[in-house]
This record gives sequence, C-alpha cells and structure tokens, in this order.
Amino acid sequence: MAGFLLRRLVNYVVLIAVATSLAYMLAATALDPRSNYEGRNPRPPAAVVDARLSRLNLNDRTPLFERYLTWAGAAVRGDFGRTWNGDRVNDDLARRLGVTSRLILLGVVLGSVGGVLLGALAAVGQYGWFDRLSTVAAFVVLAIPTVVLANMLIIGAIWLNDRLGAQIFLVSGEVTPGLAGGAGAGLLDRAKHLALPTVSLALGQVAVYSRYQRNMMLDVLDADFIRTAMAKGLRRRTALVKHGLRTALIPAVTYFAFTFGSLLVGATITESVFGWHGMGEELVASIRTNDVNTVAAIACFAALAVLLASLASDLLHAVLDPRVRVG
Amino acid sequence: MLTPPREETAGVRAAPGRVRVPSRGRVVAARFFGTRQGRLGFGLLASMFLLAFAGPLLGRWSATELDFSAFMRPPSADHWFGTLQTGSDVFAVTLRGARRSLLVGLLVAVLSTGVAAVAGSFAGYYLGWTDRTLMWVADLLLVLPAFLILAIMSPLFTGGRWLLFVIMMALFLWMVTSKIVRGMTRAIKEREYVTAARFMGVPSSAIIFRHVIPNLASLLIVDATLNVSAAILTETSLSYFGFGIQPPDVSLGGLIADGARTALYAPWTFWFAAGALIVVILAVNLIGDSLRDAFDPGARRGP
Amino acid sequence: MSAPVLAVTGLEVRFGDVRVVRGVSYSVEAGEVLGVVGESGAGKSVTSLAVMGLLPRHARVAGSARLHGHELVGASDRELAAFRGKSISMVFQDPLSAMTPVYRVGDQIAEAVRVHQRVGRGRAAERAVELLDLVGIPHPRRRARAFPHEFSGGMRQRAMIAMAIANDPDVIICDEPTTALDVTIQAQVLEVLKKAQCETGAAIVLITHDLGVVAGFADRVLVMYAGLAVESGAVRDVFHRPRMPYTIGLLRSVPRVDTGKDVPLVPIEGGPPSPAALPPGCPFEPRCPVAIPECAAAEPALLPVAPGHHAACLRSREPGGPALAYDARESGGPALAYDAREPGGPALAYGGRETGGAVPASSPRPPRERRAVVLEVDDLVKHHPLTRGAVFRRRVGTVHAVDGIGFDIREGETLGLVGESGCGKTTALMEILELARPQRGRVAVFGRDTATLSPRERMAVRRDLQVVFQDPLASLDPRMTVHDIVAEPLTAHGGRDTGPRVRRLLGLVGLEESDAARHPRDFSGGQRQRVAIARALALEPRLLVLDEPVSALDTSVQAGVINLLEDLGRRLGLSYLFVAHDLAVVRHIADRVAVMYLGRIAEIGGTGLVYEAPAHPYTQALLSAVPIPDPGKERERRRILLEGDLPSPANPPSGCRFRTRCPKFRILADAARARCVQEEPEVRPLEGDHAVACHHAEEPGVV
Repeated sequence: MAGFLLRRLVNYVVLIAVATSLAYMLAATALDPRSNYEGRNPRPPAAVVDARLSRLNLNDRTPLFERYLTWAGAAVRGDFGRTWNGDRVNDDLARRLGVTSRLILLGVVLGSVGGVLLGALAAVGQYGWFDRLSTVAAFVVLAIPTVVLANMLIIGAIWLNDRLGAQIFLVSGEVTPGLAGGAGAGLLDRAKHLALPTVSLALGQVAVYSRYQRNMMLDVLDADFIRTAMAKGLRRRTALVKHGLRTALIPAVTYFAFTFGSLLVGATITESVFGWHGMGEELVASIRTNDVNTVAAIACFAALAVLLASLASDLLHAVLDPRVRVG
Repeated sequence: MLTPPREETAGVRAAPGRVRVPSRGRVVAARFFGTRQGRLGFGLLASMFLLAFAGPLLGRWSATELDFSAFMRPPSADHWFGTLQTGSDVFAVTLRGARRSLLVGLLVAVLSTGVAAVAGSFAGYYLGWTDRTLMWVADLLLVLPAFLILAIMSPLFTGGRWLLFVIMMALFLWMVTSKIVRGMTRAIKEREYVTAARFMGVPSSAIIFRHVIPNLASLLIVDATLNVSAAILTETSLSYFGFGIQPPDVSLGGLIADGARTALYAPWTFWFAAGALIVVILAVNLIGDSLRDAFDPGARRGP
Repeated sequence: MSAPVLAVTGLEVRFGDVRVVRGVSYSVEAGEVLGVVGESGAGKSVTSLAVMGLLPRHARVAGSARLHGHELVGASDRELAAFRGKSISMVFQDPLSAMTPVYRVGDQIAEAVRVHQRVGRGRAAERAVELLDLVGIPHPRRRARAFPHEFSGGMRQRAMIAMAIANDPDVIICDEPTTALDVTIQAQVLEVLKKAQCETGAAIVLITHDLGVVAGFADRVLVMYAGLAVESGAVRDVFHRPRMPYTIGLLRSVPRVDTGKDVPLVPIEGGPPSPAALPPGCPFEPRCPVAIPECAAAEPALLPVAPGHHAACLRSREPGGPALAYDARESGGPALAYDAREPGGPALAYGGRETGGAVPASSPRPPRERRAVVLEVDDLVKHHPLTRGAVFRRRVGTVHAVDGIGFDIREGETLGLVGESGCGKTTALMEILELARPQRGRVAVFGRDTATLSPRERMAVRRDLQVVFQDPLASLDPRMTVHDIVAEPLTAHGGRDTGPRVRRLLGLVGLEESDAARHPRDFSGGQRQRVAIARALALEPRLLVLDEPVSALDTSVQAGVINLLEDLGRRLGLSYLFVAHDLAVVRHIADRVAVMYLGRIAEIGGTGLVYEAPAHPYTQALLSAVPIPDPGKERERRRILLEGDLPSPANPPSGCRFRTRCPKFRILADAARARCVQEEPEVRPLEGDHAVACHHAEEPGVV
C-alpha cells in the first residue's frame, strides 16, 4: 500500500514538474514583459528597464535556460518569484484562491445536489412530464455558453433592479467597498454579490449532473438487486431510494471532487464577468500583462488542483464502493 | 432475462426465401430519425449550415462592408439584424462568424476523436510501454491548463492561421476519450473474436483497425458530435478574452464578447450572435444524444 | 388432496405486442416441489416474475395467480409488498447482481427480517447470523460483515436462500438457482434448498433448464415451450413416459454422464420460434419429427393423457404415443441423416485442394501408440500476478493458475480436459494457443517445440492449429458478415478468391450458401457456433482446440453441434482438445479425459476407465455430483458432497491440493494423512494409460 501510494505520488510530482516547466518555457518565450515598460510615458531608460527585468528574472536578454534554472531553483523551494510590478506571486495567488473558493463552493454544492435530485426524480418517472421538462431544460441550459448566461443574468438583474427601484442583485465584485453598517449588513451585501455568480455556476452544474444522474439511475432501475429488494417486501419507492440511489450516487460523488478541482482555475468567465478577483481572472490578467512568473505559478497550481481532485475522487470512490476498496 | 432473449429466436428462418438484412447504418439512421429529438437536432443544424453558407446570398451587405450612414442602428429593412458601432451589418457578420465557428467545431471534433481513437486503441491493445507512454502524455495534457496554454499561444494564430488554432485545440480535447477508448479496447481485446483473430495469425495492427476501432464506432461518432459543441464552447470562452479566433477572422464567440459590452442599450449586437450559438450547440447536443440512443437501443428502456 | 398454496391459472404476459407467456396454469401444495423446465425464451422466468409482480412496468399481465386464495395479479405495490418476502419469496439466478453491492450481506438479510417483523436492529442482525449458519456458511458472524463481492458464487447463493427463508415463507420460487454454479457447488446448494424446505415446509417452484436437477429434486414437473405449458405431470411419468414430442426430443438430446458414445444424441432440428412470429398451429410443429398436417392448423390444448399427466399434442392419445412414431423414424440414426443430406459427404468438400488428404471414415484406426503425437504438453506452468483493488491496484500474490500439467494428444483423438471453474483449464488452453515459450515446461505442437519457433514457423503452425470458443456471439465480430468471418483466416494466410471455399465450408457445417451475406446476430446460437466451426476449419487444421464449445447453447441445440463435431472429427481425421466443465458432454465426445483440480491434473485416462472406475476421490465426487435426467437412477445414487469452496489458486494447500476437501482424507489414518499434507502426489500410472495423482488411489474409498 505504502509503496503504491509512493509510486503514485512520485508520478504526480513528475507530472506537475513537467507541466509547470512546459508552461514556464512557453510563457517565457511567448510573453514580452519588456513591452509593459516600453509603452510608458515617459519611457524609462533601457538600462533601468533591463535592471528591473533582471531583478525579477524576466529579462529576455538572459538566455531562456538560465532564466528557467533561476526560476526553477526558487520554485522547488516553493517560491514562485515576483509579479512584473514586484509583488510576491505566492501572496497574490493565496489571496485569489480564497476569493475563488468563496465563489465556487456554494455554486458547486447547490449545482451537484440539485442536479442529482432532479436527475434521480426524472429517471424514476421516466418519460413522465417531469422527465421531459427537466430534459428540455437541461438541453437548453447546456447549450448556453457561460459568457452568454452570465451576461443574460446581468441584463436580467439590472432590469429587475430598475423595475423594483432597489439594488436586489449586485453585479460586480465580492463586497461593496467602504460599506458602512454592522456584520449583518456586511453579510447581506456579500449575499447580494454572491447570488448571481452562484446561479451562473450552479445552473450549468445542475444541467450536467441531472443528465448524468438520470443515466446512472436508469442503469440501476432495472438492476437485479432492485428486484431482490422488492422481492424481500420493500415497496418500489423504498427499494429505489435505499438500494438504487445509494448505488447510483457513487459516480456523481466522485465527479464532484473532480469538478471542484477544475473550477478552482476554471471559473475564469464567471469571475471576469462579475468582477471577482479570483484565480481565473488572474489567469487572464497575467497573460495580458506578460506576467511570466504568475502564469507559471497558475499552471503549477492548476496541475496540482487537477491531480489532487482526481486523487480525492479516487479516494471517495473507494470509500463509497466496497468493490474497489483495498481488500 | 425479463424480455425474451432475441439472439436465440432472431435467427429462425420463417421462410426459405432469402431475408434481406438491412445494414447497420440504415438501422441506426432509421432509429435516429424515428425520434422527435433526432429530427429536431438534425433540422436545426442543417438549417444553421444552410443559413451560414447560403445566407450571404440573401443579405445585401457583405461582412466586410461598412455602412457609414448607419452606426449602431437597430434592426431595419435595410439591416435585418441592425448594425454595429463600425457600421458593419450584424446579419452578414453573424453568418460569417457562424461559418467559422461551425468549421472550427467540426474540424476540432474530427481531429481530436481521430487522435483519441488511435491513441486509445493502440494503448489498450499493446499495453506495456506503448500504453504507459501514451497515457502519460494524455495525463500531462490533462494536467496542463488548456485555457492558459491556448491563451498564451493566441498571438500565433493571427493572420489567418486559424487552422493552427484548430490543431492546438484538438490537442487538448482527445485525452478523456482516449482513456475511455483504451478501457473499451482492453475489454474488446479479451473478447473472443479478437482472441480468435489473433490465434488465426492476423497481425495486431490489422486487428486494431478491422476489429477494435469499428466496434467502437458508435462511441466515437457520439463523442465526435459532442466534441463539436465542446470545441465551439471553448472557442467562445477564449474569444471572450480575445484569445480565440484572431482577426481578420471572426467567430461567434468574438461577436458575443463585443456584443456583451453593448448588450444593455443595443441588444441586437448581442442577442443574434448568442442566439445563433445557442441554436448550434443545442442542435449538436440533441444529435449526439439521439445518436447514442440510436446506436445503443438498450439504453432506451421502456415502451 | 389439500388446497394448493399457490394456484396459477391462465397466466398471460405480453411486452407490447409480443406474447411471451400465453396462458400457463399450475399449482403447488405445501411441501411440494414443482420443477419448471424449458429452454431460454420459453417464458419460465417471466411466469414466475409475473407471479411475484416483479416484471418491468411496461409488461402486461393477465390471468390469475392466487396465494392462499389472495389474487396477486393486478394487486397494488403495497398489497404485493406485504406478501413478497413473507409468504412468497424468490431465489434468483445470478446471486452477484442480485445483491446490492454496497451493503453488507448480513445487513441485507437483516433488512429482509425487519421488513416483515417488528424486531430491533440488533435482533435482526442476530437472526441474519442464525440464518447464515442455517444455510451452512462457516464463521457466519464474521461472514455477515462481508460484502457480496467477497463471497464465492456458492456462498452468495446460500445467502440468497437465507434471505428467502428469513420470514418462513409458504412458497419459494427458485429461478435457475444453480445454473451459474459448478456441479459440486450445485450439489451443495441443492442440499441447502432441501434443508430450507424442511425448515419452512414451503412449496418450491424450481425453474431450471437442467433436466437432471429436476429429476432428482422435483415431485412434479411442468415443461414449457414458446410461452406455453406443453406437458405436466409427476416426475416419473414425464421422464419415463413422455407424451409430448418436445419433451421426448429434449430427453433424447441431453448427454448423460451415465451413458457413453454408444447411445447417440438425437438433436431437435431448428430452434425455438420467436415469440413475435409464432406459427399458427402447435409452436413445436416446425421442428417436430412426428408432426402430421393437422398440427399446423391449431394450437393443441393441454389435455389429460393419464391420471395427473397432461400433454399438449394431437398425437399424445395415440396408442404408444408420439414416442413410438419417434422411434420408427430413427432407425437409421443421425449419421444416416447426415449422409443423406450431402452427397459425397463433407470429406469431399473439405479436401477440395488435396484430394484424398482426409482420412476415410471407414478405415479402422491404428492403435494409439502407433499414431503420431500432435500435441505434447509437459510440466506446463502459468503463474500470474494477483492484484487487488480497482483504484489502488497492487500485487498481493501469485495465482498458480496452471502448475505443472502434462498430457499428449495423438492423431485423430479427442482429449477432454475437464474441471470446475478456476481449475486452470482455460489458462492451459490459452498458453498452448499462444505458441510462445511457457514460463516453465514444454509445449510441442506437431513435434515442434513452441519455445524455439520463429515468427514464420509460428504462422505455419497456426494453419494447423485452430480454435473454437465458448460463446459464438462473442467469438464472431458482430459487424462482419459470415463470409468475411469465415474468410478471415484464409486472407490472413494469403488466400485469395475466398468465395467458393467459404461456400464449401458453410455446406460442411450444415449452413446454406446464402447465409454468407448475413451477420452473426441473424442466427440462432447453434447456427452461430457452426459459423465459428466453419471458420476454424477454413485452413484445414489438424488439431482443433475447443473451449466449452457447447456450454452456451440450449440443450436441444447442443446435441446437433456435438454430433457435427464428432462427425467432422471422424471424417476429416481431426484431433480435438476439448475443454469443458460438463462431464456428460465430455463423455460423449472424448476418447481420453484429463481431470484438473487447482492447476494440476488429478486423473487422466481413457474415457471409459475414468468414468466407470474413477480412481481419484475428486473425480469420484465430481461424477457423483452430476445430476442424471432419470428420476429412478438419480434418486438411488449416493452422492459424495464435497465440503466448502475451491481453495484460492493464489494459496494452494500444501501437499495434495485436494486434501482440504477430500472425503478419503477424512477417513485415513494419521500416518497416511501426513503423506497427503507433506508430499504433493505426482501423476502415476495405474493400468494401461490410466494415471492418477493420489497417494491412496488403490485403497477402498467412500463410494
């Protein structure tokens, strides 16, 4: 067991190292931090720019491999260097990770729980009105790109706010800066900010999970063990919930861990549209500002998140399903 | 067990005359078009294609023309979908975007599914080092944030090099399918008809292309269909940040990104492009879902 | 006569427009066992599920099923739930998929208790342990905490029985309860069922396709065909004086372990009709050898032919019944029918290229020692790693799948390799077919050592060595036409213009030329297996390896394929390595037989010797466990019940591998036992070519 885990961990470390190195090389070749200074007015002297770039290990006149070694030497110790304007990348990302987590947690939980319930209900009443309705709804939601959905929500919210003459939904940022009032007001303000992005994340998740869970549930509906449970004297409904849903839930739960991991970096659009300063937004910003070190750090974090998520989903699978548990 | 096993009774020859057996393709097509969902999806996608490629013949403006007498005008008899800030005709521009988006979606899907089929089946059939190498590459690509890499590389896609963009996108889309293909190949490899072919002396590569991949065709076709929508959606997200299809080419994603800024006071700049995109994705998803049912009628239970 | 516990009258089930069950009636009394027999698709499982109200919701059920006078057909889910598991319970065929994989076995049994009895959680768990003990599960307290996948097949079925008797039911419906099990385990489970019946006094409805099981276990029997009851009566009446040609045909087509080659198998031509396209008259008429024109006009009713004996056949009331007509027809035997069908015989078609290449059927075979060795296996070993866990895969041991076996096959000879699942017979076969260097030992095909073959030589050997697998549906690529399938070995070996050859091959196995354009799914099981045989013969091999070639087929079809194989072997001078778990089938086809247990050969020798005078205690137990479709004989036999399950091949017992279950070991003196524990017995010759791996083979045994 220990040997097995160790092999797996070593493989993970290698994957992360290769992925991050590739991302660094690519970013260092394609991005041009020097241009950030050249556009300034007055234009700083070349020597000053050079010196500053060199200090940040961003100077394109230093050979790529040399820059990589410097960067990698620090990265191995957990220090991902500085952003192009001198902040520590680690601090920056830590702050943003908090923002993203606060953003996606509710959306993912709501989305998966809602989706699983919808899907299970739809499967039990296959071809009934509820099944048809939820299927149509899921197809429509799945066809709407996040960009469009988020913007639709904003348009709708602004229309509603105008109609009611009150700021029910706030469409930008995580909190209103400089808000007066006690903790209660602060919490309400946060909720108002959180509502729309949560809906935008959750809707898509509900659609995905409901389709997925419906199929899983349909697979167990005809399973022999449901028949056995009914042969014991359980009512159909009881048999379906107690034996069917419990078994059909395993894939959804393992999928949950995976979505969460990928959304840590993948909520780019929601964050950008709603002005949350999270990981995803930083990903776009760092490319726009030619911030090589941040790009590499995000790549590393994304790789880590994906691998941890897959490990977590495997562990969950083993916990929930005795068939794959270590014997 | 609950329904009579068809295989035992299907072969009974009722009459001595030769029974014409319909080909599998025909059966699948009949099942596909037998559902409302399949017909709807096919109809929607066909009309989107027709509109995108034949529509410009109807419109009176070309996508590159600018009407200097109409900036940001709502839909009218002259400009059916209105105009943009620059004076471009929204109808013409939307069709042009739709053409590019459809093409990108199709190409990416075909490419990535093809790679997935070959990589997955070879890994699953040969196992050993072939498997370890191919699956390690797949893991690496899964671990690399595709969005980030594509975004960094976006300057390379300017000047009409959108095909490069297609290839890069396909490169980041094949891994999950290839893992499924690998798993199924391992199962098929244990099937007796593959073992039988092996013991007959049929070479491995011939077995893969004659027995393994054809028997995964249903999975691959469905996967390719769903990859069309995945590719279009990814391109849209990238375009929203300006990392997608680069000028002078235009995609629906780019139009939506521009339109979103003016959507509040000039809805026509946003809704037509968004609507076209939604219809395309909806159609493709409906087709994919119906195809899955058509290939695997066992999945459709009940009456 | 007491009132029946369960009375079914005129039960009909339809799925959409397809009538799967068409008016079946039966009744069972307390303590009685009713056997329901028939081939797959006959509607026997559907009938019982309809009684339980467990059919999918789109099934339409009509007629009546009364349990103690309460109508079950059309009852609501709530009413049915009150009966199910309490007064009527069910044991399903596949106990692995019939148990919820994520709950512990004990909890699932306790649930059955708690549904109908107002007892606490702890008391129900106690009861579950008692029930597991009752059905003979060792260490029941520990085993109750295991998950279904941790149980062996036999233990799972015991647990299912425990669940079924948890509330002391009045009727137990058993749907093919032993079909998925090996014969020695089947014997154990049937014993448990008998015990369960004693405990509960319940009526049992036993659904099976195995006539032997019915002969030994049931009091009365109901034969089903195409959704109808075609014959019913007391077991002795139906087995000894069958009145319906289908029953007669079924009984004559079953290979029996107590008769050898001298009693030929009589196959029933064709296959059962599709429930969607039934003939207007008697459903068996198209296949019936004694049909008269009136049979095609209307479906005959199930009418009494003797007290308590009913049959649905127009000719059943003729003096002597249909059996007489049956016998009259068969005076020439099946061989005659084969000859008559193909002028020139298959040999002509086969030897199209090399005239006279085939051995003439009539010439007497030279003695065994003078014939050439086609396959020689010596001390063959195959170990593979044992891994645990699907997510966290790791190696936990080594499976000794094949652990040093040796045998040889001479020209024109059939060697049957028998044993229960897990004994390593299929692994051994695969190792031979790989034509590669074995992990240990030596394999020589046609005198050539496989360890030293070059790729070109290996390809040449493949021409002469072909294989037929168990499940013809799985061994034929579903997307290819029959022509492409049969032509595949030809093209792989550089053949061109395959058309005429494929046509000849199809004729050889009794298929039509026009079948070449069809797909495997358009054929019945028996026809598919014929396609697989045609493919194996395409390259004119000298040795054919057959892996359970008839075990996936229905009994009535099995006989046709066995006869075909026998016929081809004789006419074409083929040698067979015939791997099977069914001892009766092997007795019919093999010249010599090797019995395997846990990766070793226990006994090997001429078929007559091994079956008539088995020397190894395992062979004796195995043979005694095979049910014989003859109620008289079956009930008089003494059965040697083996204890427990097959030990894990990853951790075989020291010394003799069979000693942990050996009935002889138990009666031996301590000194003699020590030898079994310490010393692994080698296969040693007894007389002639009969050899056995037992230290104490000569001493009197328990039978």
